[in-house]
Amino acid sequence: MFDWVQSIADWLVYDVLDLGRGEHLSEALNFFIYDTTKILILLFIVIFFMGIVNSYFPIDKVKNYLSRNKLYGLEHLMASLFGVVTPFCSCSSVPLFIGFVRGGIPLGVTFSFLITSPLVNEVAIGLFVGLFGLKTTIIYIVSGVLLGTLAGIILQNLKLERYLTPWVKEVLASAQREQDIFQAEKQTLKQRLPIIWAEVVKILKGIIPYVLIGIAIGGLMHGYIPEGFFEKYMDKDNLFAVPVAVVLAVPMYSNAAGILPVVQVLVAKGIPLGTAIAFMMGVVGLSLPEAMLLKKVMTLKLITIFFGVVTLCIIISGYLFNIIL
Amino acid sequence: MSKLIKILGTGCPKCQSMTGIVKDVVSENNIDATIEKVEDIMEIMKFNVMSTPALVIDDVISIKGRVPSKDEVLALLN
Repeated sequence: MFDWVQSIADWLVYDVLDLGRGEHLSEALNFFIYDTTKILILLFIVIFFMGIVNSYFPIDKVKNYLSRNKLYGLEHLMASLFGVVTPFCSCSSVPLFIGFVRGGIPLGVTFSFLITSPLVNEVAIGLFVGLFGLKTTIIYIVSGVLLGTLAGIILQNLKLERYLTPWVKEVLASAQREQDIFQAEKQTLKQRLPIIWAEVVKILKGIIPYVLIGIAIGGLMHGYIPEGFFEKYMDKDNLFAVPVAVVLAVPMYSNAAGILPVVQVLVAKGIPLGTAIAFMMGVVGLSLPEAMLLKKVMTLKLITIFFGVVTLCIIISGYLFNIIL
Repeated sequence: MSKLIKILGTGCPKCQSMTGIVKDVVSENNIDATIEKVEDIMEIMKFNVMSTPALVIDDVISIKGRVPSKDEVLALLN
């Protein structure tokens, strides 16, 4: 599918710039041009597609759906699936949380959504397809959805309502399965497209610098780290590798777009894929800024339990991947 | 008649960029309006929005969860 990008990269490097084939610099440059072009195209496609889905299915509808329907045990899975198609801005996590609580949605179901939404987002998917291919991307999405579902069920059973901050408990007490009416519903696709387009451009502009730097660093490492370098330290039998990777990953949120290209090179140099996926889930799914914001609605104890359960689930899935893949 | 514009947001970068755009539109077009930033989460929740930033003009929620363009804001204010 991307052969033509390779042809353009070859043409630019070997013909226009007249660099020799097989040289260190020209190969690195070729790799950089090919990778960035391919990844930016994929990011554009995924973000645009998600933008369309989201325009027709905004968060208010998700809330109304979860609040209205009794799903007989499937509500965690549904919340988790909705999380995939709903873009997540950590600064919206508090209003979103309160909106769900007010709509009478159980706490564990809300958690399922809150876990999957950042974990499986459009930027991560676009980068994943570009860097690791479709198969690994599907594995990542499916495991992200299952992880959100399971962690939500675990959190539901821990009966955590008592650890909400007092004012949220009041909201919870007056919660009702109300349906909010929302405007801007009857727009045509033609009216929606400029708005979606503007959002896509804005998101891409925001992440392009990180992607470029990430791929550049990845390219440099590619050339200078010997093949199989990490196998000595981080092979599948090393039980500490997965937990250490996840714990390191949690504080790295803002640079997800830049970190993924680097991780791809690490995998190429011998880090097991499961360890790498667990690391990336930690980078993308859990962030300290989000934890700070959630302090308005949750006590420190609840945030600790929330992050603890999710971290544990990520570590377990890392081990599972290392066994399966 | 003077309009009351409220910008709901907990102070994230998107909220600040919305505030900047609204301020520009109001001053560039000499619109008679008061701009108020609502950053307190309890106040924000009274409007029942789940995604910030949100733009409220005369108590009507006009935009939520995204940063609008200048033209869009101008159209909403006229």
